[in-house]
Amino acid sequence: MSDAAVLAVTDLTVTIGTRRGPARAVAGVDWSVRAGETLALVGESGSGKSMSVLAATGLAPRAARVTGQVRLLGTDFTASSPDRRRRMRGRHVGFVFQDPMTSLNPVLTVGRQVAEAGEEHLGLTRRAARARAVELLDLVGIPSAAQRVDAYPHQFSGGMRQRVVIAMALACEPDLLIADEPTTALDVTTQAQIVELVADLQRRLGTAVVWITHDLGVVAGIADTVAVMYAGRILEQGPVDAVFGQPAHPYTTALLAARPDPAAGGGDLVTIAGAPPSPLALPAGCAFWPRCPVRGDARCEHELPPLRPVSTRHHVRTFYPQHADGRAGHE
Amino acid sequence: MSEHERPDRQPGDSPPAGEVVAELDELCVWFPTPAGVVRAVDGVSLRVRRGETLGLVGESGSGKSTTGLALLRLVDPTSGTVRVAGQEVTGWSRRRLRALRRRVAMVFQDPQASLDPRLTVGSSIAEPLIVHRLTGGTAARRRRVEELLDMVGLRRDLADRHPHELSGGQRQRVGIARALAGEPDLIVLDEPIASLDLSVQAQIMNLLRGLQRDLRLTYVFIAHDLAAVEHMSDRMAVMYLGRIVESGTPAQVWRQPAHPYTAALLSAIPVADPQVERQRRRIILSGDIPSPVDPPTGCRFRTRCPQARPECAATDPVLAEVAAGHRAACLFAGDAVRAMRAS
Repeated sequence: MSDAAVLAVTDLTVTIGTRRGPARAVAGVDWSVRAGETLALVGESGSGKSMSVLAATGLAPRAARVTGQVRLLGTDFTASSPDRRRRMRGRHVGFVFQDPMTSLNPVLTVGRQVAEAGEEHLGLTRRAARARAVELLDLVGIPSAAQRVDAYPHQFSGGMRQRVVIAMALACEPDLLIADEPTTALDVTTQAQIVELVADLQRRLGTAVVWITHDLGVVAGIADTVAVMYAGRILEQGPVDAVFGQPAHPYTTALLAARPDPAAGGGDLVTIAGAPPSPLALPAGCAFWPRCPVRGDARCEHELPPLRPVSTRHHVRTFYPQHADGRAGHE
Repeated sequence: MSEHERPDRQPGDSPPAGEVVAELDELCVWFPTPAGVVRAVDGVSLRVRRGETLGLVGESGSGKSTTGLALLRLVDPTSGTVRVAGQEVTGWSRRRLRALRRRVAMVFQDPQASLDPRLTVGSSIAEPLIVHRLTGGTAARRRRVEELLDMVGLRRDLADRHPHELSGGQRQRVGIARALAGEPDLIVLDEPIASLDLSVQAQIMNLLRGLQRDLRLTYVFIAHDLAAVEHMSDRMAVMYLGRIVESGTPAQVWRQPAHPYTAALLSAIPVADPQVERQRRRIILSGDIPSPVDPPTGCRFRTRCPQARPECAATDPVLAEVAAGHRAACLFAGDAVRAMRAS
């Protein structure tokens, strides 16, 4: 199991019908994640990072048309019936979203909600499921879990609610955990607690994790591999050390330089001019071309650069890969 | 009112400095709620001088935003004083406060929520000009709106658009233009970059700094993002549960944090370097921020402090100087941080 991908998507494309025409949210994305490994999907809002994961797990909105292939634990997930997909998702995939209150039912006790998955997908009795809920709440660091199991979500702080959601996600001992901006709404000291918790659980349970975030600092701490997305496509992809250590795409380089660095002094920050394109009107060539500080030539404007290797497992979609020292170079 | 009379209250001094534009003295803002009295701000003193940026950093519930609102008198102080441009405004009536709102402007986190969706960008920017009777006729007002659009880097034709037609970064520029309209003495920036994408955050921070250089603006920059506050500020204060727990220059706070809470906060910030992250030993705080209805006795941070000692429950530490212009409210300032980092 350790070598095979838990989840692999190939040529995944998501087009959403809107009143103003089709919006291409995701365009030909390939990635995979193995047991015990964390894949980080990074990008700004509208980059398609969340939509690609929702589509891969069969949770894309009704108005979306999804093409491409998804394999979950070796099974062709896209070809499975909706009912089989629902059961596979419930049994093998756990989800943690940004706002814990979107995952929690305010009128049910947290224990009931954590126990539910065990009853539904593992066939536990109500009593066994409750005992399991206490165990899980304890596992995610809820103090006096045996008492708090009967409390309601509003009686918990934001960080504690997110722990409850993680307990729900882990209830069926999933092979895959999808974490969509799980710490974005939390304070930084709480974020550190949650990141530590997920990393620890992953070490103990061997779960594969897909972590969606815009925070490059979080990525550096948790990811084994990273895919940088922009306007629905992957612009750069590879092991986290390669992508952060030798970023080859001008967009990755600019993103890494855009954060204030207290060690670097107080000069003006590196910015990327403008804003990402609308998914309703994507440029013909490289989608980043209008904002690109390198702006190679007319080819960038009219021709889509392919995703090509710069080293083993490190791929980049640009005609002008950057050198390690940050200078632009020819392919 | 000299520094000598209250050596332990002011968050840093950087002489020679400009005149004091705004000043809070032992400010308390308490809100009655069914669950009890929420002590949102509980004894905060600070000074902002012309041309500088004072950064306020803290997590949710620290009181940083309420402190900002108090500078505009958008909340009523329970006790303590608020002084703006040399005048004590603590007890001012609603009518007199209208004049204050021209002297102190505010930029909010979510420009989507702070702009009227039915007004065009031009009308939104013109609104403060009309309210404060700052320009004569329609033509003069139009020229001033165009000038303000230029200043914040927006095309003049955007004046006829509505907020929903703009990107998040453009909307925040409109918020900044509105704040600049009345030529205020002080601009309170409350999480101005928190809801923006990374690449746009850098644009807005550069814009704010450029405007400050050109117009000699005075800012209070409120954020939960320590690196952004460090970058933007001349002096900064770290808040926890309604109090300032540490203050100084960004370099002092960042390089030699003296309060255990600041050290924990710094340690929690992830760095975009996988090699650094792998070797890092974090100070992970346990639990959550206590309720502001019933703050701990003695030091408010002691319930989560890895270095808390019995004395901490008995004494409420004052903000005391640990180095020139660098203050911390901890009985064991410095030593506690060294012990935390060594363990």
